[in-house]
Amino acid sequence: MFNIIDKVWIIPALMAASFLVILFFGKRWGTRVTAGIGIASVSICLILSVVVAGNWINRVNNPPTGAALAAEIVQANGLTPQTGKTIGEEINAATKDSGETVATDSQSASGESHASEAGAYGGEHESVPPVVRTVTWFQIGGLQFEMGTLVDGLAAMMLITVCIISLLVHIYSTEYLRGDVRFTHYYAFLSLFTASMLFYVLSSNTLQMLVGWELVGVCSFGLIGHWWEEKKNTDAALKAFLTNRVGDIGLILGVIITFFAAGGSSFNVLHLNEYALSGNANTALLLIGALCLFGGVTSKSGQFPLHTWLPDAMAGPTPVSALIHAATMVVAGVYLIARLYGVFFSGLAIGSSTFHYVAFIGGFTTIIGGLLAFVQTDLKKVLAYSTISQLGYMVMALGVGAWTAGVFHLFTHAFFKACLFLGAGSVAHACHHSFDMREMGGLRKKMPVTHATFLVATLALAGIFPLAGFWSKDEILAGSANGQENAYTIMLIFGLITAFLTAAYMGRAYWMTFWGKYRGHAHPHESPKVITVPLIILAGCAVVLGFTNFPKSFFGFKLPGSFTTRFEHFVEPTFAFPAIQHAPFTPWLAIASTILAAGGLFVAYQYFEKNRGPHGLTSRSKIAHAGYTFLENKYYLDNLYTGVIAGSTTGPLARAANWFNQNIIDGVVNGIGNGARKIAGVVYVFADQIIIDGAVNGSGQGSEGAGQLLRKIQTGKVQQYASILFAGAVVLAGVLVFVV
Amino acid sequence: MFLNQFLLLAAILFCIGVYGVLARKNGVLVLMSIELILNSVNINLVAFGAYWHVNDMANVTGQVFALFVIAVAAAEVGVGLALVLLIYRNRQSINIDDVDMLKG
Repeated sequence: MFNIIDKVWIIPALMAASFLVILFFGKRWGTRVTAGIGIASVSICLILSVVVAGNWINRVNNPPTGAALAAEIVQANGLTPQTGKTIGEEINAATKDSGETVATDSQSASGESHASEAGAYGGEHESVPPVVRTVTWFQIGGLQFEMGTLVDGLAAMMLITVCIISLLVHIYSTEYLRGDVRFTHYYAFLSLFTASMLFYVLSSNTLQMLVGWELVGVCSFGLIGHWWEEKKNTDAALKAFLTNRVGDIGLILGVIITFFAAGGSSFNVLHLNEYALSGNANTALLLIGALCLFGGVTSKSGQFPLHTWLPDAMAGPTPVSALIHAATMVVAGVYLIARLYGVFFSGLAIGSSTFHYVAFIGGFTTIIGGLLAFVQTDLKKVLAYSTISQLGYMVMALGVGAWTAGVFHLFTHAFFKACLFLGAGSVAHACHHSFDMREMGGLRKKMPVTHATFLVATLALAGIFPLAGFWSKDEILAGSANGQENAYTIMLIFGLITAFLTAAYMGRAYWMTFWGKYRGHAHPHESPKVITVPLIILAGCAVVLGFTNFPKSFFGFKLPGSFTTRFEHFVEPTFAFPAIQHAPFTPWLAIASTILAAGGLFVAYQYFEKNRGPHGLTSRSKIAHAGYTFLENKYYLDNLYTGVIAGSTTGPLARAANWFNQNIIDGVVNGIGNGARKIAGVVYVFADQIIIDGAVNGSGQGSEGAGQLLRKIQTGKVQQYASILFAGAVVLAGVLVFVV
Repeated sequence: MFLNQFLLLAAILFCIGVYGVLARKNGVLVLMSIELILNSVNINLVAFGAYWHVNDMANVTGQVFALFVIAVAAAEVGVGLALVLLIYRNRQSINIDDVDMLKG
């Protein structure tokens, strides 16, 4: 098979080349060519990504053994095999488990009920080291800083996700941004973003991840502020950028702390995970490092309390919201946890605790995001809060040790949330670019394709069987219920509440947009194929992708082993990775979450479509009204940030800064200036005038004087010269005669 | 044979020549004085050559040297007289005190 798994740098490089070409020639070549270049590049990247994923699957099925495995492990920066196992043991494990991939009767060997034994799925895979290729970036102080690619199942999954959604967004944008003044600028940024995101997911060390992380942040900033003529949009872009800066400080600190924690010799992620999972890791230092890294996750992945930028980021064009602020960039934080899972697992003691910061923040974010979605009248903002809520789900899943569940949810969520955003864009495209749900309604007849895809994606997000969201959400709930050594009960409750909320607010948005009477003033019409085809593809993904991680036992129904938990089998790392427990499919949880989701939809239907229930409660009850106001003001977090924190600090801070500026800095500057002037005066008089000028003038005068003296000799009279000559000859003769 | 009278003659000639070079203002006479100096040297060379030739018949170095000096002196006086001639053409004078344009 065509093997490019060790040459994956081509993929981001291709997108970077596309960015440069569009940047320099886009204006000259026109919009059609610009879009064509972008779409062609992403298409090639998608094909290459699929090949890489194929290579990886091949590698998992035929893992390197014996000398080849040892060579691979050495190649992954000379690491020792994970968790104290020797290479020999890993090879034994590899050969023992290889029967599973042949899929004959290996499943019947473990045919007893998995429901009772949580650990039955854990640690079955052979150890397959990631493919790491590095080059030296720079050398400082005897340290080699490397730059390279790391490909494993996680990276391959992200490659495909980013490329598919980027491709669909590229296609969709040709129509959505038709005639835009900065069409070229937009496509250049899309290419740059895709390149940065691919660079980020392929990073082999944390330093490189930091670079990719900042690059995607810049692209996000540029694209949120795409229509910068409106102050609201530039404010949103600035808010996104500045809020992310807050978290980035944590990220940088985390990168530095983990670097020094692991011996201060390498930023390599495998090395960091390896160190964190080795028995002699300093867990206190790892805890601080993990919490600092989580600061970065908090801002980038919209976790409480730094989630406030994400709803405002909806000021950007809708395809951008779908690509960056729903499917790819905002999951960079989740990806960071997944990538450095050894650090988080060991630092936060995920395996042995029932409650810790990351899981709690994730769980808390799911609920506050879900609640906020109820009071939004802007369709995109509903989706933005939904994204926050779902990102909280992923973080919570990783926090409770359900690695595969979190990453699987990342994977499925990317598709159905992109579908919802692009659907919202399609609706807005038909309604004069307004996202106000109060001016929509009844659109299901006018936009049948958009309606159908939006419905599928809504059901997927709500977690209705058998759509993608059902499988991933259920895994997260099962992971929380089972935990590692102890159950994460609080997280399970958070998760179940959110399951209800998600269905309810999505139901509200769906009914407000597509049912009832049309309340706007435009003439909505179905969008062209360029918009609907990506929607159909994404809706299709939302239907089928859940089956990629079909449980081993589903209500007693069992598929052959080669069809179940494929996602877990191929994506979950087996090298430098903690030995986590995999929660089995839990029937009662699946039923409970489905009932809750259906209940949420039903409540939304009754309340928003049939107008039943306690309407007008907010005007009758003071408590309800206070709650509504509290939500409408987004928990007053923005007021806290801009009013209290920024306001109370900027005033005094500005005065203090002014005083400091006037008295200290100016004093220092003036003092330095005056001092310098005085010294200069002294130097001028003594050093310059006397010594230097004296030397210069003296040499001039000396040579002039010598010249004046000597010119008297040169009279031009030949006979005088001759007499000097003879005098010299006489002296010489005298010397010869009398002295020698 | 006595060497002294030749050396004495050469010394007198040399001194007359030096006097002529240093004291006379006429360019032609300065050149003639230089010839006197050269010829005093020639007398010395020939005298010493003859002196050594008595003991060693093969030794003619002094005579050969004298011939060389005569040849070089002829060339020198040719150039010198040409210079004087040109000076005279330009200035209608051969007083070498007038030719001091190279003074510092």
